[in-house]
Amino acid sequence: MSDAQHGYPLGAGFRAIIRRDLTSVWRNRSDIASPLVFFLISITLLPLGVDPSDKLLATIAPGMIWIMALLATLLSLDSLFRQDYDDGSLTQFILSPQPLYLTVLAKVIVHWLTTGLPLAIIAPLLGVMLSLPSGGYWPLVISLTIGTAIMSLIGALGAALTVCLRSSALVLTLIIMPLYLPVLIIGANTVSSAIAGVGAAQGLALLGAALAMAVLIMPLAAAGALRISSNH
Amino acid sequence: MAWQWFHRLGSPRWFYEKSSRWLVWFAPLTLVLMVVGISWGLGFAPIDSKQGNSYRIIFIHMPAAALALAGYYIMAIAGAVGLIWKMKLPFMVMKSAAPIGAALTVLTLATGSLWGHPTWGTFWEWDARNIFMLVLLFLYAGIVVLAEVYPSRDAADKACAILALVGTINVPIIYKSVDWWYSLHQPASIKLTGGSSIHPSMLYPLLLCILAYYCFYTLALILYTRREILVRESRTKWVAELAQAKFSQSQNASGGAP
Repeated sequence: MSDAQHGYPLGAGFRAIIRRDLTSVWRNRSDIASPLVFFLISITLLPLGVDPSDKLLATIAPGMIWIMALLATLLSLDSLFRQDYDDGSLTQFILSPQPLYLTVLAKVIVHWLTTGLPLAIIAPLLGVMLSLPSGGYWPLVISLTIGTAIMSLIGALGAALTVCLRSSALVLTLIIMPLYLPVLIIGANTVSSAIAGVGAAQGLALLGAALAMAVLIMPLAAAGALRISSNH
Repeated sequence: MAWQWFHRLGSPRWFYEKSSRWLVWFAPLTLVLMVVGISWGLGFAPIDSKQGNSYRIIFIHMPAAALALAGYYIMAIAGAVGLIWKMKLPFMVMKSAAPIGAALTVLTLATGSLWGHPTWGTFWEWDARNIFMLVLLFLYAGIVVLAEVYPSRDAADKACAILALVGTINVPIIYKSVDWWYSLHQPASIKLTGGSSIHPSMLYPLLLCILAYYCFYTLALILYTRREILVRESRTKWVAELAQAKFSQSQNASGGAP
């Protein structure tokens, strides 16, 4: 407690964790690539599996890009706390005077910067491949930018609950999938309604509201879950 | 003093002994309500002018749907009470509520698709309520699985409680978003109740069925919780004495009439 009062402001620990995690991600660059490669490959396979006609692809493009981004995020969640759990730094985070809420938030921000944001940035390229109509590009990028942040935040809870399990992939998917459903519905429909000419403002506003709520609740829940799962 | 009853609720032994006395009259009451409600609905309520006899599945379907949803909140509230007051019993109630709720959700989906076939012409329709029930099933399944795979029971209880609480916030959001999605897509307009209010001759058996289902849910929850208490407290003295008493009782019964 005294450390927090004497000279270590809250922001310092927060920034230190962000810097440390970004450095560690930078040194294992191949880790960032795997969700992106998954995203790219699944979108490449899609027209081969269905029908490569422009009309069909244009109809399913917003939904498909969103679903693949969701699955790619899901794929990357397990690594969120895994390494810290294995090498014991998680226990140090819990014991430290820094509020666990901020620690979790810092880790989520790094996770989003290294998976969600790259997905949102390459999404227009995949839009071209799936002949997404021209009105959909900006809504796609913006909705994915906000949406992947929400998904990282919700995913933190799943990752925190399953970090102590040896085979966590199935459990993680099962508990997180229902919570992702509203994000997918709102996100994909934002893009579709922008293409249809209705405008994306409504959907983006809803996504923004969801993000505001997720920022408040999810790191708290994930912090509680980390205390439980790392303490047995 | 005013809180004494509340803290007694936290004691599994107290609950086990009390519930033994409740079950004596509660189980027959539930059975009577179920038999009367369902036979009234299936056998004696008038035929629907549009759907014929197939509407009668509402007497099984609708209360199950209502309880599947209410059950999630009961489970989450039990989990919250356990987390806040650090009591043992609410966690046992929470863990018992999950499979019951999942079973009711499956019953809702099954009866719904049986009902959908004659009225909508299909077993599965991507209707807002259908999807919501399916997602609810996943939410329950997540809790059941998480409770099973966790290495320690204490941690499993708390983890499930947190997941259930977050799920509680999400249930209305999921419901609204699915509803919104459904209205965006505007499929062929299918209406279940046709907009008209339900006639009293059908309403009363339906209300009775709902009451019967609530009693059935409570009964199932009590029985599941009693089982969970025995499993978890199997090393305590009072359970050992209970088992001893049961054993000697059955010995006497079989020994008395050779």
